[in-house]
Amino acid sequence: MRIILKSFLAALAILFMTQAVAVSADLTEASQGLLAKGYKDKTAAVEAVAATGDARSVIILEALLGGKLFIQKSDNVLVIGVKAEGGYKTVNAITGTEIGLTPKSDVKKVRINNKMRGLIKGQLGGLTLLSDDPALRMKAANAVFISRPKEMMAPMQSALASETDPTVVPAMTRALAALELRHGATMADKQAALEILSDLHDPQVKSLLSGELSSLRALQNPTGPEKELIIAVQAGLTKIDEKLDFLNIIENIFQGISLGSVLLLAAIGLAITFGVMGVINMAHGEMVMIGAYTTYVVQELCRNFAPGFLDYALIAAVPLAFIVSGLCGVGIERSVIRYLYGRPLETLLATWGISLILQQFVRTIFGPTNKEVSSPEWLSGTWEVTGGLALTYNRIAIILFAAAVLLMLVLILKKTAFGLQMRAVTQNRQMAASMGIRTGWVDAMTFGLGSGVAGMAGVALSQIDNVSPNLGQAYIIDSFMVVVFGGVGNLWGTLVGALSLGITNKFLEPYTGAVLAKILVLVAIILFIQKRPRGLFALKGRAVES
Amino acid sequence: MDFSSTKKGPFVSLVTGLPGGGKTFLGILLVAALLVPLSNLLVPESSFFHVPTYMVSLLGKYLSFALLALSVDLIWGYCGILSLGHGAFFALGGYAMGMYLMRQIGDRGVYGNPDLPDFMVFLNWTELPWYWTGFDMFPVAMTMVILVPGILAFIFGWFAFRARVTGVYLSIITQAMTYALMLAFFRNDMGFGGNNGLTDFKEILGFDLQSDGTRLGLFVCSVIALAFGYLISSFITQSKLGRVLIAIRDAESRTRFSGYRVEYYKLFVFVVSAVLAGIAGALYVPQVGIINPSEFSPAQSIEVVIWVAVGGRGTLWGAVLGAMLVNWGKSYFTGALPEAWLYMLGGLFVFTTLFLPKGIVGTSAIWIEKIKNRQTGPASTIPAYVKEE
Repeated sequence: MRIILKSFLAALAILFMTQAVAVSADLTEASQGLLAKGYKDKTAAVEAVAATGDARSVIILEALLGGKLFIQKSDNVLVIGVKAEGGYKTVNAITGTEIGLTPKSDVKKVRINNKMRGLIKGQLGGLTLLSDDPALRMKAANAVFISRPKEMMAPMQSALASETDPTVVPAMTRALAALELRHGATMADKQAALEILSDLHDPQVKSLLSGELSSLRALQNPTGPEKELIIAVQAGLTKIDEKLDFLNIIENIFQGISLGSVLLLAAIGLAITFGVMGVINMAHGEMVMIGAYTTYVVQELCRNFAPGFLDYALIAAVPLAFIVSGLCGVGIERSVIRYLYGRPLETLLATWGISLILQQFVRTIFGPTNKEVSSPEWLSGTWEVTGGLALTYNRIAIILFAAAVLLMLVLILKKTAFGLQMRAVTQNRQMAASMGIRTGWVDAMTFGLGSGVAGMAGVALSQIDNVSPNLGQAYIIDSFMVVVFGGVGNLWGTLVGALSLGITNKFLEPYTGAVLAKILVLVAIILFIQKRPRGLFALKGRAVES
Repeated sequence: MDFSSTKKGPFVSLVTGLPGGGKTFLGILLVAALLVPLSNLLVPESSFFHVPTYMVSLLGKYLSFALLALSVDLIWGYCGILSLGHGAFFALGGYAMGMYLMRQIGDRGVYGNPDLPDFMVFLNWTELPWYWTGFDMFPVAMTMVILVPGILAFIFGWFAFRARVTGVYLSIITQAMTYALMLAFFRNDMGFGGNNGLTDFKEILGFDLQSDGTRLGLFVCSVIALAFGYLISSFITQSKLGRVLIAIRDAESRTRFSGYRVEYYKLFVFVVSAVLAGIAGALYVPQVGIINPSEFSPAQSIEVVIWVAVGGRGTLWGAVLGAMLVNWGKSYFTGALPEAWLYMLGGLFVFTTLFLPKGIVGTSAIWIEKIKNRQTGPASTIPAYVKEE
């Protein structure tokens, strides 16, 4: 009976919240109970203070919860104290007037027990349910959802009725349903609440329902309706599980596409140098690394000379990384690789040597430690798609970036004069030369293009990986796997290869762990190459044999 | 070193069948096997000719690397298979030896467990994994040194060569193989000591690993193993089978069309090479005192290839020479100019491929022949494949 009365009072208080000033006189009266010794009186006082619905009651209750509420011994006045040199800095808890520095011996802390702590938290939740700040209301509703105190039912109902913010309504509905499920008067109420809950799909609802299920199962002699409820809760849980599984798959696919796009970025330059030119460029990873270091340098320049543009340094780094890595590539092609055409294994060794030199060069200039490339403001944060599914912006950006790079390359290869010359040289060097194409120049530009794309990949990788001299090494084997798996000389093959490797990896990871997943994928590729030695999308015809 | 006057047993005919360079090489090895222990034991420490014990171990390490280089040369120089994963076979042999040495520690480990190596006690394992069974017995461990790399090479080669995976593709998947193995051995659950690998060895066959005598013994073993590996390799390459291998290297399709089962030839030489690499690893581990997963790293395997390339691919003792030279350079420069070593190694890769495509031995052979031609006219002693440009 008392409880009903109290919740009625609380509901009343909330209804009259707008007239809070009118009932503020009660606050002094209600808080008097806190001066008492016994916990019973104090508990009642907490409820009474909350029931006043006064804005200041939040301050008092929070102080009480934080152990900052004291009684001034001289006149039995409640004060809120903050520790300071030589005692406490106190203010009158009711009026809010400053009292000043009070020695430790003049005040006595209002002690609370665990039961009260729980109560205060619930009451605070109820009070902030009506706060002006929607974020606070949301927080309060979620707090109620977790703790589910019975007293909150009425306040929650009224809060929901007056709630206008569309983002808070679902949280309140959810909290109310959770309350109904636990404390609902009739089985029909509980069933209805269960309906609402099992339509939701987040891990919290799942843990709530399984908690509820185990407490129902623990009942000694379940009545008929209780048995029905058990079955219904079970059904609800299965429904949620199905939804969560589905979301899990979506998340895995996203993670897989994200990893796949990283692989695609790292491998796509290789697809050009290896696929189109037949050059095994072991220094490809170092082109990626140089791109990442270019990003770092651009960022540092921005930080020192144009701090206002720091957020856009990443965008400026993309073309610069392309140019720097591209020039490196042209340099390598002109100085070493052009003497080694037709000897792929020698090219492999020479470019490996170049990669060692470049690594050591970067180590000499920038030092062996990781460099910090910060994420700009517009790339940080997550996109909450729905409960239990959140995607980070930088991952999304990398996926889009990879798609853009792929598209750009396809356009260059298929639609420009340079692309035409490039394909001509690939297909028949002598014929192309006799048609007046400067094959040497095309070779250099092609290699530069592949390296430049690797540099652009470095810009993206600087966002998700450590920028260190070893950055390239980490990606070189994966890149080769992607190109070989997808089929040499085919950009679409590289795309399919990268995505399927990425997704396979992410689907294996929950079962095997990251390292074993990677090993399994490697073994799978080795086996796959036995079956199709030229990859997924192999070139056919006589050109293959040579 | 002329054995031709002695009675011809099978072994002797093996030696007599060697080309001139090979006999010289075996002679040098024999002299080294005698001189180094003698000067270590008999020459007083103050003398210039004294070889300190650390140097004996260092030379032993180079010799095991030389055997590894020999195994790579056997498949790359003579059959055109560029394996970028030979470090894997080397490391597997090393791990097999390491497991034996680990069991020899017995209860002298930090945790004093008579059965379990320290890292297993540390991981709260209660019993030895099944694959560690028998590794406390030297013969079993030595069998594994041969079997494990051999079987892996057989399975890998069986699939790869039958599917006609060749050239660059083969290189890339061998690299993937050693990379996968490296990742696997880094895992603690594998039961091979994870990151730290196997170390803290105490003794081998009851001999203290730290003592000078054991180190000399291991050095002599390395010399013998290298000589043995050299004889096997040169026997293979001199035989008719070796001619087929060279034919495969130079024109694989043509050899196949001539009726040879190319994949079986390749498989045979690949397995032999992997076993040699495994033995090299087994000799390396007790002399260095540690084996860990970094031996599997693809970079390590590529480095082996450059030893062979520097020395001269397609000449067996060139591979040995290359391994010795590059590793001596590595020891010296990582000590004297640590910053510069990677530049030099990288430069070596580029320089060798651009200017010394036949390696030191091959290129100097061409020069020597040119000088001879000038004196006596063209009477070539150089095999055609070395000359061809």
